[in-house]
Amino acid sequence: MTSRTILQAALMATAAMLPSYAVSAELNLYTTREPALIAPLIEAFTKSSGTKINTIFLKDGLAERVASEGESSPADILMAVDAGNLVDLAEKGVTQPVDSEVLKTAVPEQLRDVNGHWFALSMRARVLYAAKDLDLVSFNYEDLADPKWKGKVCIRSGQHPYNTALFADYIAHHGVEEAEKWLAGVKANLARKAAGGDRDAAKDILGGICDIGIANSYYVGLMKSGAGGPEQEKWAEAIKVILPTFKDGGTQVNISGAAVAKHAPNKAEAIKFLEYLVSDEAQQIYAKANFEYPVKAGAQIDPIIASFGELKIDNKSLAEIVSHRKEASALVDKVGFDN
Amino acid sequence: MLHPFQSTSASKSGGAVIPTALLVIALLVILPFGGLVREALRGSPGLWEHLASTVLPTALLDTAILLAGVGVITTLIGTSAAWLVSAYQFPGRNVLQWALLLPLAVPTYIIAYAYLDILHPVGPVQEAVRWLLGYESPRQFRLPDIRSMPGCILLLGFVLYPYVYIPTRAMFLTQSGNLVDAARTLGVSRRAIFWRVALPLARPAIAVGVSLALMETLNDVGAAEFLGVRTLTVTIYTTWITRTDLPGAAQIALALLTIVVLLVMLERWARQKQSFVTDARRNRPLPLQQTSMLHGLALLLAGTIPVVIGFAAPALYLVKEAWQRYQFAGISPRLFDEAIATLGIAAAATGATILLGLAAAHAIRFNKGRPVSGLFRILMLGYAAPGTVIAIAVLIVLAGADRAIDAALRQWLGVSVGLVFLGSGVAVVYALTVRFLAISAGSIEAGFARIPGSFDQVARTLGHTPSDTFRKIHIPLSKTMISAAAILVFVDCVKELPATLLLRPLNVETFATHLYGEAARGTYEEGSIVALAIVAIGIIPVILLSRVGAKH
Repeated sequence: MTSRTILQAALMATAAMLPSYAVSAELNLYTTREPALIAPLIEAFTKSSGTKINTIFLKDGLAERVASEGESSPADILMAVDAGNLVDLAEKGVTQPVDSEVLKTAVPEQLRDVNGHWFALSMRARVLYAAKDLDLVSFNYEDLADPKWKGKVCIRSGQHPYNTALFADYIAHHGVEEAEKWLAGVKANLARKAAGGDRDAAKDILGGICDIGIANSYYVGLMKSGAGGPEQEKWAEAIKVILPTFKDGGTQVNISGAAVAKHAPNKAEAIKFLEYLVSDEAQQIYAKANFEYPVKAGAQIDPIIASFGELKIDNKSLAEIVSHRKEASALVDKVGFDN
Repeated sequence: MLHPFQSTSASKSGGAVIPTALLVIALLVILPFGGLVREALRGSPGLWEHLASTVLPTALLDTAILLAGVGVITTLIGTSAAWLVSAYQFPGRNVLQWALLLPLAVPTYIIAYAYLDILHPVGPVQEAVRWLLGYESPRQFRLPDIRSMPGCILLLGFVLYPYVYIPTRAMFLTQSGNLVDAARTLGVSRRAIFWRVALPLARPAIAVGVSLALMETLNDVGAAEFLGVRTLTVTIYTTWITRTDLPGAAQIALALLTIVVLLVMLERWARQKQSFVTDARRNRPLPLQQTSMLHGLALLLAGTIPVVIGFAAPALYLVKEAWQRYQFAGISPRLFDEAIATLGIAAAATGATILLGLAAAHAIRFNKGRPVSGLFRILMLGYAAPGTVIAIAVLIVLAGADRAIDAALRQWLGVSVGLVFLGSGVAVVYALTVRFLAISAGSIEAGFARIPGSFDQVARTLGHTPSDTFRKIHIPLSKTMISAAAILVFVDCVKELPATLLLRPLNVETFATHLYGEAARGTYEEGSIVALAIVAIGIIPVILLSRVGAKH
């Protein structure tokens, strides 16, 4: 044996001890959706397909991590919330196009990337939480800046993707200049700092800090159903939910979605998993466990969410909204929304 | 003790031989920052104009106010608590001595969300106030919102004051006795002794503690996010995440790091002239002043306030929440795996941090000179940068290495090993080591500095090599400092979030990442059990730390 062979053998032995996801038949999922939200979907998929799914929950830095790992990345599927984040993944070149009839049929055209780089799996609306005793039946996003709400509006940080998406949608409707005036008006109406999470809007309405708040639709389901414990049921009881619209459009909607990673070691399996996620069964889990709007036509909406009334999705496309989000973020800084 | 930028044995003597070990360690620390610089150099057109015209003025002002406020609060609480337990005898003093350390166990993000709930209009405090005042609804009467700059300053002050309390108490314990005796002989009152003798003596220790507390403040993102305070660290985040501008974020991070390093150098320079020569062997604690029953109880009450606000109230709140959660949903079986991951990562990182700290302190003990002490101070960089910045810097560098190794092996052997560093958890341990090396190197070196140089000379005369001397004299004599450092690093690793979150391998969840996942979707109550676990793990070392201090 030459010393080279010995060295090679030693290296092979070492290599065998290292984690080698690349050669396994399992699926590796990188997600910015919280583990508890997708656990039921993964369990159901593993049960029906026998494929084990390894996951890592990342928040900020999903794109950076996959990009840095490059060709050696074990990632098969990338899951993210917010259309902007999905577009980022595609723009950073960490996704690959998928051509699947199942996905194309199930996911409406405006809810997926033109080139198949990402697909929406569920939707959520940015809705109005209003104090129960308010005599309010309809609402326009434009009204948020109305001085009559001075000191009565609660909302989370303006730089949060949920809000930058809403503000970007406003820009898409009214242009940057109008959006700036509006945003400054909303800022002037805030009852407290733009901070915390979406549920705080309901809690703060119960606490008398504000009268109205902007937050995502599914939180109402999580609070009202009792899934968040008895205290949150009280928060939810304090509010009624209105689906606001733009004066010349509908309700602002954002998505959660997924993509197949560019260097996915298990591409075929990954596509199968995506196809599973738009199956009737999985779409039902999205609606039931997470109180989201399913993307597949005909899939049932949870009764709590359905009670808000019929969702009229805004007419601006996700792509257009996403294209304005950097301007929206800059406006947030400019009007000092979070100060 | 524990000053990250303090190197007490910088000296004029000796040739400037740079020990290899120190050089290697310094390279390990600086490597990720190299990645950050490379990222920053990719440029971010228009970033600074935008920042200068929008967020920068507010962010700078807010950061300054926050730092000033936390500095004042931690100094006030830390110093007076240290004086209280060092100078007076009163009932409960022995317990209070270590209980004052307990807030160390509560991460800033946990205290923020606990108080958000406790002090909310629908929380217990305001409900009690309304009941007392006869109001029925929060719409009629509310206390000011905690989500504000004053709220943030107070909360951070009450969890971070132990950083001041620890070194200041150590100073009172070891340095003041003789001088106080002298002062008393001269008929100076106890109060005057505090202001004129003890406090000036403790100034370096206070400065050390405050600078640690301020770096914790600057690196905090969680509490600031909950409480709506816009610091520069938040601006780094927004630039990176919302505007997907990593080069820009890297630029702000490096600018911030430069400011911190300059401030610390300034503080060192300002303190250079005041040095108090004390002899570690002849020091003895302050004689305790006896107090009357009533006076003693008043002192006990005063000393208990920081413990209640910084620890007992949030801890009780967590116990209550966790209990409710437990009844509602039981204990998740995942918790066991998470405990193992949390403790495993923290233990590995603590081990690495202490080993490197010992090696560095050894190197600087036997090689004096400006280049050596300059190199030693580089080790402290990790503590001065926000955890997220370290995390992303380590990611850039180690993922690059992973790719190169994998590609080389594929080409040469035809096997893919995947990600050697990221896939095995080495990346997390490395990032935590870079981050917390300041604590271990700083305090071990400070421990060594108390051992008179004559010991080394005697050892050398008796024919012992430096490594013998190190093993048989330095390590045994600074055992307490080494264990104290290990304990602090361990707690910090358990609490650490951003590096663990970004760099851990697949299927690995720690208490902190689990809690963050719950917090991210607003289901704090589901995280209450892990939050309690984090605090509970933090308590054990705090108790050990108090025993280390007591033996001292």
